[in-house]
Amino acid sequence: MNAREKILGKIRDAQLRSNANNGASVENTLSIAQHLAQHPRGPQPPVIGDLLKNFKERCLKLSSDVLETTNRGDVPNLVARYLNEKNLPTQGVCWPLLSALPWREAGLDIQSRPSNSQDAVGVTGAFCAIAETGTLMTLSGKETPPSTSLLPETHVAILEPSRIVASMEDAWELVRKEFKQPPRVVNFISGPSRTADIEMTVTMGAHGPYRVLVIIAPLT
Amino acid sequence: MQNNSINFKKQATIKLADVRLQNALSRLQSRFVGGRAAVISEINDFQETRTAAAAVRDMALNDLEHWLLQFEQQATARGAVIHWAENGDDVNRIVAEIAALHGVRTAAKSKSMVSEECGLNDALEKAGVKVMETDLGEYILQLAHEAPSHIVAPVVHKNKEEIADLFADHHHTPRKTGIAELCREAREVLRPVFLNADMGISGGNFMIAETGSVLIVTNEGNGRLVTTLPRVHVAITGIEKVVPTLEDVTTLLRLLPRSATGQSITNYISLLTGTKSSEDHDGPEHFHIILLDNGRSSILGSDMQKMLRCIRCGACMNHCPVYQNIGGHAYGWVYPGPMGSILTPLLGGLEASPDLPNASTLCGACGAVCPVRIPLPDLLRNLREKQMERGMKTRQETFLLKSWAWLALHPKIYSFSTKIGVRLMKMMGGNKKLIHSLPGAPGWTNGRDFPAPSGQTFRELYQQGKHS
Repeated sequence: MNAREKILGKIRDAQLRSNANNGASVENTLSIAQHLAQHPRGPQPPVIGDLLKNFKERCLKLSSDVLETTNRGDVPNLVARYLNEKNLPTQGVCWPLLSALPWREAGLDIQSRPSNSQDAVGVTGAFCAIAETGTLMTLSGKETPPSTSLLPETHVAILEPSRIVASMEDAWELVRKEFKQPPRVVNFISGPSRTADIEMTVTMGAHGPYRVLVIIAPLT
Repeated sequence: MQNNSINFKKQATIKLADVRLQNALSRLQSRFVGGRAAVISEINDFQETRTAAAAVRDMALNDLEHWLLQFEQQATARGAVIHWAENGDDVNRIVAEIAALHGVRTAAKSKSMVSEECGLNDALEKAGVKVMETDLGEYILQLAHEAPSHIVAPVVHKNKEEIADLFADHHHTPRKTGIAELCREAREVLRPVFLNADMGISGGNFMIAETGSVLIVTNEGNGRLVTTLPRVHVAITGIEKVVPTLEDVTTLLRLLPRSATGQSITNYISLLTGTKSSEDHDGPEHFHIILLDNGRSSILGSDMQKMLRCIRCGACMNHCPVYQNIGGHAYGWVYPGPMGSILTPLLGGLEASPDLPNASTLCGACGAVCPVRIPLPDLLRNLREKQMERGMKTRQETFLLKSWAWLALHPKIYSFSTKIGVRLMKMMGGNKKLIHSLPGAPGWTNGRDFPAPSGQTFRELYQQGKHS
C-alpha cells in the first residue's frame, strides 16, 4: 500500500469514527456538490459609499501612492513627474497592452517586454481592484507577466475606475464570469513589499517593490 | 526537527533570566497584540466572521477525504503533481527525488513551518542541493544556525545588533546598523539567489479544492519570487490545510493577517494553479505539491479534532503570558505557545512533551483571540486529563492533590490547619509581609517573593464581617 492509500485510509477510518457519533453520511456528498456549485459567501464588511473613494483611502493606508486623471494619455506625464520628484530612474518595462501610451514623449524609457532584475520601473494594469482593502488583483498571462509588478523597485499600476469592486468575493465572481478557470497565478497586491522581521520595525521594499503608484485613469 | 520539548522546564528557566530576550519579546506584544486590536474593529461583525471561519474549517475537516480528492483531481488536471507523505522523512525523500528528476542544484525557499517539521534543509544539503532561505527572518536564522522562535516572526528573539554582526561576518561588508540598510543588504544578497535558483520551495497557507490551487500569503514578496522565477516549484503543506472554495478561503483571509500581524490584508496573496502555459513568460514548468500527514490523521475524528482548524496565525502565542515571558525556543519543537503546547504532544507523543500541556495558566486569552475558535484551554485540559489517566503525573503532584482532596473532605481539620497555616505564614512574612522562600515549594519563590497572608483565614474574616 502506498502513502496516498495509507493516509486516505486513516482519514476514512477517522471519519467513520466521528460520523458514527454525529450520524452524518450520504447527505454529506450532496452538500459537497451543492457547496461547490453555490460557493456561498461568508459575512462581509459592507463598503459604505463610493467604491473609488473607499479604494483610494485604503490604498493610502497601505502606503501606496494614488494619482488620478481623466485623460489616459496623460498617464506617462504623471509617472514622469512622480519619478522625478522622488529622484528615481526613469527606465523600465510595461505590459504589452500599455505600450501605445506616449512614454517617450514624457521623457521615459519604458519598453514593452517582461522584466529582468535590472529594470527600475514596472508598469502594469490590473484585472480589477478591491475597495475593502485597497488591493490590486492581477492575473498572469501572455500579455500580463507577473514579474513586471515584482522585480522593479517601483511598481506603477494603471487602473480603470469601473474595475473597482467592493470585495474579494466580487473579484472572484469577475474571474468566474470572464474566465473558465483561474490562470497560473492570481496575485493580490496590497501596497509595497515590506518586512518587520528585524525588531518588529516595518521596513518597505523587502524583496519586491519599494513603492507602488496606482494611477486611476479611465480607458475612454 | 528534533523534538526537544522534554527539556521545557529547564529551557524556560534559562529564558526567564535572559534580559535580551525579554526586551525582544516586549516588542511582539506592542506590535502584534496592539495591531490586532486596532484592525479587528474594521470588521463590523468580527465574532460572526470567526464563527463562519470555524465553520469553513470544520466543513473541510469533517469531509477531509472528499475535499482532498477533489483538490487532487483539480490540481492534477492543471498539470500539478501531487505527492503524499506520511512523515517528514517521506517529504525529504520526495523533494530530493524531485530535485534529482529535474537536475536541480540550487533551491530558493520561502518560509514553511511544515518544512521545519521535516528538517528539510539538512536533508537537501545531504542530497547535494544548496538551499537558501529567502524570508528575511528565516535567512537570518539560517546564517545563525538557529531555529525559528515564532511561527510568523521567526527571528523575534534577536535584536538588530546581533543581526548586524551576522551580516558583517557572512557578507564581508562594512557593518550596518540601520534596519532599512540591513534589509537592503539582505535584498541585494538574495536577489541573485531567486534569479539563479533551479527550484523554488514554498509552504501553502491553504489548498482550494474547487480550483486545485495552492494559496500563499507573504509580505516580503519572496513567496511570489520563489513561485515565479525558478523552473520547478515544490509546495509543501499539511493535509488539513484544504478549504472547499475561493469564497471560503476569503473568509479566512479576512482573519489571518489581522490575527497574525495586525494588518488588514497581507501584501501579497498568490493563488497558484498549475504550471506555466506555452504563452507565459514566467512561472514554473513543473509544479509539485506535497501533502504531509505526520500524525494529523490521528487527530481527526478524536476529541482533539478542533486543533486541526488552526491556520497558523500565531495570535495565541502573542497573547499568551507564558510565551510572552519565555519565547518560542523553550517549547523545544517547531510550534510554540498554546497551539504548540497542544500540537507538539499530539504529533510527537504526550510522553515526549510532558510539560507542554501544563505550560499554561489557562487564563483563556488564547481561546478568546483564536480566529477559528479553537477552544485551546479546553484542549490543554483534555491533554492534562489524559496525563492523569495514563499515570503520567509525578508522585509529588499526585500526593499533593490527594492530600488536598482529603483535607477538603474534612472541614473541621481543614479549618484548624488553615488557621495555623496563615498565622505561621504571617510570621514568616515579617515587616515587609513577603516570604522569600516558601517551605515545600522553593521553586515558586525562585524568581519572586510570596505575599504573606494577613494572619486570618477567609472564614474568620467572613464571621467577623457578619457580626460587625
